[in-house]
Amino acid sequence: MKKRLSRLYFYLVLLFLYAPILTLVVLSFNNNKSRAKWGGFSLRWYNELFHNATMMKALWITVSVALIAALISTVIGTVSAIALHKCRPRIRKALLDVTYVPMMNSDIVTGVSLMLLFAFLRIERGFLTLLLSHITFCIPYVILAILPKLYGINMSVYEAALDLGATPFKAYTRILIPEIMPGIISGFLMSITLSIDDFVISFFNTGHGVQNISILVNSSKKVGINPANYALSALMFGAVIIILLIMNFKDSKRSNVQ
Amino acid sequence: MSEVNANNIIDLIDISKTFGDTDVLLNFNLHIKKNEFLTLLGPSGCGKTTTLRIIGGFEKPDSGQVLYHGEDIQDIPPNKRNFNTVFQKYSLFPHMNIFENIAFGLRIKKLPEAEIRKKVTWALDLVNLSGFEKRKPDSLSGGQQQRIAIARAIVCEPEMLLFDEPLGALDLKLRQEMQHELKKLQRSLGITFVYVTHDQEEALTMSDTIVVMNEGRIQQAGTPVDIYNEPKNRFVARFIGESNIIDGTMLEDFKAQFAGREFICVDSGFGKNEEVDVVIRPEDIKLVPPDDGMLRGTVTSVFFKGVHYEMTVQQGDINWLVQSTVSENVGDTVGINIYPNDIHIMRKSEGDSFTQE
Repeated sequence: MKKRLSRLYFYLVLLFLYAPILTLVVLSFNNNKSRAKWGGFSLRWYNELFHNATMMKALWITVSVALIAALISTVIGTVSAIALHKCRPRIRKALLDVTYVPMMNSDIVTGVSLMLLFAFLRIERGFLTLLLSHITFCIPYVILAILPKLYGINMSVYEAALDLGATPFKAYTRILIPEIMPGIISGFLMSITLSIDDFVISFFNTGHGVQNISILVNSSKKVGINPANYALSALMFGAVIIILLIMNFKDSKRSNVQ
Repeated sequence: MSEVNANNIIDLIDISKTFGDTDVLLNFNLHIKKNEFLTLLGPSGCGKTTTLRIIGGFEKPDSGQVLYHGEDIQDIPPNKRNFNTVFQKYSLFPHMNIFENIAFGLRIKKLPEAEIRKKVTWALDLVNLSGFEKRKPDSLSGGQQQRIAIARAIVCEPEMLLFDEPLGALDLKLRQEMQHELKKLQRSLGITFVYVTHDQEEALTMSDTIVVMNEGRIQQAGTPVDIYNEPKNRFVARFIGESNIIDGTMLEDFKAQFAGREFICVDSGFGKNEEVDVVIRPEDIKLVPPDDGMLRGTVTSVFFKGVHYEMTVQQGDINWLVQSTVSENVGDTVGINIYPNDIHIMRKSEGDSFTQE
């Protein structure tokens, strides 16, 4: 009885968590513009999505910002994590606290302050500022993903590489980077999801008609949401699920080996 | 005292090194001859590993010189030094298989693939692990990993191999096996081995020269036999094997007084009536019937140690540690005999600083 109750509770939690998304997915296949009526199964909105130039452009911007931002922040984050790891503990602690501020900050503060900075520097808002802002908020997460891997490494492998004739650069690229690769990959994937996810910071730091999906959806809210958005959201949800599964699969494969 | 000399591969001259407030090495001098098996032996924190790391280039001394064939190499980074190290924690590269681990140094040197293959095969054969090429390091036992680490260092054909307590994590039997193999390897390769350990037995088994260190200074350097039979001070006598160290007086050459009577000994060159430390190894003390002994005491404890019995014999305020294959009974009165060859006299003042002979 107790077991059944706890199981019921678990399913209820799942239901509450996923009911909105489930609604969205169901509606994305609804052959009717109304949210209240089921007009039968159809791929109409998916078709419309792929023929809607504005939405495709927004999707393109979202994806390209996510990929470029993830790539750049992964590179910067990896190098920073390695440097932090080499720092003396007290300095490292101080630098890490500074690094985590953007993470703890509410998005609106980060968003507004970046906007002000760009205005102060007279950088016109558009794709570049959008990209820069995304890189900014992704870096701490990359560092956070990589540092524990560095702590876990037996640093004498680095010395062993030097001992065998490798320059410090080669010792890093051939020995240490492969060792922390799982951290780098999860930092990269996390950056992609964070970037796709972001609305508030993007909202303050884009301009000149550069819209990513979250901004597009927000602006179309006033005129009534095009159900093609449901299709888009369903696709993005699917993409995130796939990324999560990949990350989980990689982790479990690693822990199986150990 | 030996000086910088053409036969030396490494000379450390007046090296000092401080970590925080602790002096790890103090005006340290060490001369390593070509092709010798030299062991740095001492308790943890005595500076032996730091010495090794200075030779390897992983640590810079605060002052002093590191000479390699007479040339200062302090500014040469570890990757440009022609020595290889076998680390305490094996330090194999976990994401590479055994072949790639051993080939690492050769690939850095950009040798042709066929030559790399040949050398790796040779090195694996040398450590008796042929056929392990495709395995990953974490699928190997500790002893096997250690052999791979040795193979990885040897394959680079260094002029000198440095070992940082490489057998510390292995069990006793495996450790003894590896000791013999290392010694054999050193003879057959004909290269210099510098070995760091805190295990005196390991040092005695393998070394040509043992350098006993404590608190950043050399206490004594010499052959294993010298170090064991003629320790220069209390520290060395205590650290190498077990010993009875007793206060005594040197009456004249070849005549010492301790434990309440005079003994004939083989030491000379001390001042008349000089206060000295007398060292007698427990296996050199002979227990005899009470009336036949030079001294007389009471057995207070007996322990069976496998090869021998370890007994304590109380005589006045001295507790003699005795090892014998024949056991006595607790409470028995026994005679104690000590022969001239088994008495070793040390100066009281010795114990501060020694240079290598």
